[in-house]
Formats: sequence, structure tokens, C-alpha cells
Amino acid sequence: MASGTSKAKKRRDVLKKTVLHVVLITLAAAMVIPFLWMISTSLKRPREIYVWPPTLLPQEIFWSNYLKSWSAAPFGRFYLNSLFVALSVTGGQLITCTFAAYAFARLNFRGRDTIFLIFLATLMIPAQVAIIGLFQIINWIGWVDSYYALIVPGVASAFGTFLLRQFFLTLPTELEDAARIDGCGRLGIIRHVIVPLSVPALATLGIFTFMGVWNDFMWPLVVMNSQEHFTVQLGLAIFRDARSTEWNLLMAGTVTATLPILIVFFFAQRYFIRGIALTGLKG
Amino acid sequence: MGEAKTEKSRGNPRVRQDWSGYLFILPAAAIFSIFVALPVLFTFYISFHDWPLLAAPGQQPPYVGLDNYRRVLTDEEFRRSFINTVYYVVGTVPATLIIALMLALLLNTGLRGITWYRTAFFTPVVTAGVAVGLLWRWVFNTDYGLLNYGLKAIGLPTAAWLDSVHLAMPAIIIASVWKGVGWGMVIFLAGLQGIPEHLYEAARLDGASGWKQFRHITVPLLFPAIFFVLIMSIIGSFQVFDLVYVMTGGGPLHATDVIIFYLYQFAFQRFQLGYAAAVSYVLFAVIFLVTLAQMRVFGRRVQYEM
Repeated sequence: MASGTSKAKKRRDVLKKTVLHVVLITLAAAMVIPFLWMISTSLKRPREIYVWPPTLLPQEIFWSNYLKSWSAAPFGRFYLNSLFVALSVTGGQLITCTFAAYAFARLNFRGRDTIFLIFLATLMIPAQVAIIGLFQIINWIGWVDSYYALIVPGVASAFGTFLLRQFFLTLPTELEDAARIDGCGRLGIIRHVIVPLSVPALATLGIFTFMGVWNDFMWPLVVMNSQEHFTVQLGLAIFRDARSTEWNLLMAGTVTATLPILIVFFFAQRYFIRGIALTGLKG
Repeated sequence: MGEAKTEKSRGNPRVRQDWSGYLFILPAAAIFSIFVALPVLFTFYISFHDWPLLAAPGQQPPYVGLDNYRRVLTDEEFRRSFINTVYYVVGTVPATLIIALMLALLLNTGLRGITWYRTAFFTPVVTAGVAVGLLWRWVFNTDYGLLNYGLKAIGLPTAAWLDSVHLAMPAIIIASVWKGVGWGMVIFLAGLQGIPEHLYEAARLDGASGWKQFRHITVPLLFPAIFFVLIMSIIGSFQVFDLVYVMTGGGPLHATDVIIFYLYQFAFQRFQLGYAAAVSYVLFAVIFLVTLAQMRVFGRRVQYEM
């Protein structure tokens, strides 16, 4: 190839890349600007919110919005509630799913594949279809307005079982055989062989479960009554009704409610991306 | 999965039965039966009764046969919420799909800084629906919102977005697409990265243009991913609730009243569980039929591996 044409090609490449970057930056800005607007509003003096044209950045940083939103609604309490519920569900789900997935992947018992197919089939059922029956059952057990209602139904997951089973099937069986020869029982194998080898899959499932519970809204809305039991999302929605025009406080509350998930996301991004790419799980 | 065959003894009745298997699946299966499978069936049972919110155990609410279903199918308000939901689905799903595909193609060109872009597009996905709803409610604010400010700044007319019967639903759709594109993008990116580069090389040698490569290599090989995103976003969109609850509360004048919101109001504000149960089964049937239709139309082109 003559050097002239390759130079022209190079120039065209640079131009193409520049155009692509411009398009991508524009689109990325459309995603990021609402977040920046949220943060900016949360730091404005109340008066500054109602000026036209709006100021893009706060004229002075007004941290007390955060203190005020936290005292206007017990966000600290909501936080602890959400944290407790989300960690309990995540821990419980990792345990039940690991055992079930191990059985489906490795143990040979009658009806195993049929039971597994039933598990899978329920993945197709939209969650809201069951919400009325679930509410009635929870009511009969006496769990309305109790943390049990938020935790126990989430502790098992067909999806998690499926995800872990698929992962376990890719693990080589030699290590398990070796452990068995060394006198390891089933539980020992799970604990010392399967779990250490499956950290990426367990982390993916754990993060998604935590995020799903933290962000869940409809079920807590239906089943919780007293404010001291509210989760962050429920508290935020109720806070909206109470302070519907105090946007600086509302945005401070929204930042507060969103921050933990965003922090987890920024640090564990590869697990999120891999989890979604592998399974198509909807966040 | 290719490696799935490492376990040769799978399902072979002559291999020693391992009864501990039942013990291992017991916790998951028990919770699952009581809190997932049973509620699904129980909702169906409730839908044939005139069921009050707090029916005591042992109390037998009156059986009403198909009355609840008859009422669903003739109710004006249900029809309106159904039409609104279809409007939302039609507005959200194609836009999400096309933008997500476009983003994935742009990010798959080997540019620098892909991780940064990906993070930007993906952050709304992990943000809660309630937070996204509140955030956009503020952006769409008629008097002080960022959007109207931007429109005015470039000389376009402003609008009363969430207070307008005609614009409230488009506003929710915009928020929803904003929240959803990153999810589709990541799935498409994974699909694109699975397409072997040598196919494109061969096509280029044969003189195929960029568009022809896209049309005859990218689209067919990405089809399982497209199909998956299509089905999942339709199922998800039919169940939209959080955004509507926070952004408009179904208003103005019921312009954004969607099925799940309607169901929620009947069950937990008007306390008619039987009727709401019938609504949920009608929704279930609609989702099921739409999914089935898609499988019929596109399914033959997709082969799933398990």
C-alpha cells in the first residue's frame, strides 16, 4: 500500500473515532446529567431552588439539607431496616441456593430433573401475579408489618439455584473426588471445595440479590404499615408525599437512598456486568 | 453449556441413589413452595371469590364463579389501564432495544474509555425505581425543572410534562428508557463479543459493505440476545409500577393508570382481593400469550443451550 493512501486512511480513522466519541459523550451526558442535577439540587439553599433560570451549580454548598432530610424522616432507621433485610435475604439465599444447586448439579436422586424443571418453569411467572395470594398467606401466618414478611419469602430463589447449578456443572469433579478420598463428607466438599471455587458466581448472585432487595418497592409497600419498619425506598416514597415541594430535601433523600448501591456498583462493577451478561438478569 | 456433560451419571437410574439430595434441596424447595408456588395457585383460587382484605383462616368467602373475570373484561377503568399499559410497552420496548443495540455497537468498536462509557450507561440500571422516579419528577417539573430550562435555552416551547394528560405517559416512557438501556446494552455487548472476528474478515474479503456485514452477520448471530432482551423487556414493562407510583400516581386524570397500579388500588386501597386476583390472572394471561406469540414468530430462529 502506498504511504499516501495509508496516511489518508489514518486520518479517516482519527475522524471516525472523534465522531464516535462525540456521539458517545453526548449520550453519556444524557445519562449522567440527571444525576448531577440531583446532587446539585440536594446541596442548594431552599430559596435557590425556585429561581429562574435555575442555577446549574449551587451558589453555596448547603450541607444542612442532608441533616434536615434525615431529621424530617427517620432515614437512619430506614437504612438499618433495609440493610438488615437485604443482608438477611442475601445470606439466606446464598445458603439455600448453594445446597440446592449442589444437589441438582452433583447428586443423583429420583425426580431430580423433574424438580429442577419445575423450579425453572416458575421463573416465567411474573412476580406480581402471586402478590395477592402471598399477601393473604403472610397475613394468616401473622407476618404483616414484620421483617419476616420481607425476608423469608426471598430466602429461596429459583433463579439463584439455576445460576449456581450452571456454574457448579462447569467445575471439574477431580477435586471433589480427591476430597472424598481424604474423608470429606458432602458438607465438607461444599465448604472446602465448591464454595472456594465458586466465589465469582456467589459474589454475582449475592450482589444482585442485595440490589434487588434494596431497590424493591411494591412488596414493602403492600406489607409494611408502621413507619419504624419501612425500608429506604418505602421511606423515600412516603417522604415524597410529605414534602412534595421541598426538592432540596427530596433530592438529598434520593441521594442518600441511592448511594450505597452506587458505591457497591462502582467497586464490584465487573460482577454486575458479568452477571447480567451471563444470565440476562434484570436489575 | 458445553461442560455440562462432565457429570455422566446424570439421571441414570442404575447409578446409586443419593437420598441426601432431598435434604439438600429441602430448604429451598420448602420456602419456594410456600412463598412462590402456593401464592400463584392461591391467587387463582381467590379470583373466584368475593374476598375481603383480611379474611381469617377458616373463613369461607363467598364463591362467585367467573363474576370477577366478567367484571374485569367489561370494566371501563380496567380497559383504560390496559390501553395505558400497552401504550407504555409500545413506547418503552422498541426504543430501549434500538438505543441499547446502538450503544453496544458503538462500544464494540474498540474505542478507548469503554469502561467509562459503560459505567455511565449502566448506573441508572442499578438505581432504584423509586429514586429514578423522583429524580425525573424533578427534571420534568413544569416551573423549575431542568428539561424545561434546557428547552427554553435552545428556543423550544416548554411543557407541563407530568401535569399534562398527553405528555405524562411519554415522560414516564423517557424515564423508563433512560433506566433500561444500559441493561440491554450489556447483554448485546456480551453477544457481540461472542461473534468470531474471522466471519467479518471473510465478509470483507468478499467485498461485503459495513451494512451488509451488519445485516448478514451481526444481526443473525446476535438474534438470541435481541430475542431475549425483547421478551424480558416486554414482560417487565407490562408490570411497570414504581415509576408510575412515584412520578404521577396514575394521573393526571388516570392518563398513566397502568394495570399493576390498578391492581394495587383494588387490592390494597379498595380491599377487593378477589377482583384484584382476577386482574392479575388476566395480566398473566396477556403476558403469557404475548410471550408465546413471540416464541412462535421468532423462536425457531433461536436455539437455546442449557
